[in-house]
Amino acid sequence: MKTIRAPLSAEEVRKLQVGDEVLVQGVVYAARDAAHRKMIENLDKGEPLPFEIPGQIIYYVGPCPAPPGQVIGSAGPTTSGRMDSYAPALIEQGLKVMIGKGKRDQGVVEAMVRHGAVYLAAVGGAGAYLSKRIISAEVVAYPELGPEALRKLEFKDFPCIVAIDAQGNNIFENVNDKPQKAI
Amino acid sequence: MRRIQSNDVKERVRQAVLTANTQLPEDVLLALREARLRERSSRAAGILDIILENAHLAETEGIPLCQDTGMVVVEMELGSQLLVEGDLEAAINEGIRTGYQEGYFRASVVRDPLNRINTGDNTPAIIHTHLVPGDGLTINLLPKGAGSENMGQVAMLKPSQGLPGIKDFVLKVVTEAGPNPCPPIVVGVGIGGNMEKAALLAKEALLRPLNQSNPRPDLAVLEKELLGMINATGIGPQGLGGDTTALGVNIEVYPTHIASLPVAVSLSCHATRRIKIEL
Repeated sequence: MKTIRAPLSAEEVRKLQVGDEVLVQGVVYAARDAAHRKMIENLDKGEPLPFEIPGQIIYYVGPCPAPPGQVIGSAGPTTSGRMDSYAPALIEQGLKVMIGKGKRDQGVVEAMVRHGAVYLAAVGGAGAYLSKRIISAEVVAYPELGPEALRKLEFKDFPCIVAIDAQGNNIFENVNDKPQKAI
Repeated sequence: MRRIQSNDVKERVRQAVLTANTQLPEDVLLALREARLRERSSRAAGILDIILENAHLAETEGIPLCQDTGMVVVEMELGSQLLVEGDLEAAINEGIRTGYQEGYFRASVVRDPLNRINTGDNTPAIIHTHLVPGDGLTINLLPKGAGSENMGQVAMLKPSQGLPGIKDFVLKVVTEAGPNPCPPIVVGVGIGGNMEKAALLAKEALLRPLNQSNPRPDLAVLEKELLGMINATGIGPQGLGGDTTALGVNIEVYPTHIASLPVAVSLSCHATRRIKIEL
């Protein structure tokens, strides 16, 4: 079992291989559809992003509200493919790790190979379990987006599997796209 | 004519959404446990262990199984001899609004598909009403996450494509969806009717417990055959490979036009949440 913690260099990220089990520790930024759209608008206008992105990790999640006494509500990964149109620009800015569920498109994989980034799969639908691996959470930008606001999280032993590595090896290419013909 | 108050409906819906989002139906839990015992891939078995631990945590701590507490689909059977005093649909939405706030569930509904401003209270629900004989009221609630919902499809097949065409289409939908709908999935298939009827049948198929086959023997056989074919794809839990791609396939059928063979597939994730209220 490997452990990663931001900030990460391209060299560190390139050591991770498809299929590796990884525990993520420390600071992770939570962002999904609407926060990504806002970040890309910031970049298009030449404005800075709400956080220093080089070497960082983004988790595709829109958590449930935190019940009293808890730091966060249920918080499993959302479908990463919806962030495919935004991800290459963030990877270009220095984003090193994305955590989500499901496949990525070719544009994302090419950006990952070019700049040295990795895509991790977390267990979708295990939001209660994964919320116990998040030890702090605060909204750092776009609070008007509610569950989609940009959050700074702190992970402890958050379990993931390397789904696409920085060499472009893709776990989904081995198990999917086997067209099945009916008899 | 029997009379009930819409406020009673609101209260039952409030309680039901709290239960549905934190407790897996017994049949789904059983199917997951059985799949775990059969699973030969160690990675897949590890994922199924996390999914089972997640269900245990959610139930014991009363926290949602998944952060996507869904847009609520309501399948309602309203007896024609029943008078609901007050606004029935408003009462259902009010029950959802209060239940979701009380449970600290996520608000996942936007007011307008283009402007996309969150309504803040997870309403409105999507309500389908069937008028039935008698004086009862049955409300099925299906908090449906979008990860799986987005992977559903409808095909207007030619009648000549028949059973092979139906099987090909179901396999195509599941294969294209791959990891996105959070496998192991539940597959609802609607065959017949027209375009929207097939889609509705597919959704209604998801309401049937996994340990109940279609009462028609030929359809029960087809359900088993499709389940075998889907699990043979090797997509596996989370699409990361394994024996367990689906927990069950449920089929519903309806008469159709001489020129039509509509088929709809609605996918539901391993956290298939549903609850039935009877008033």
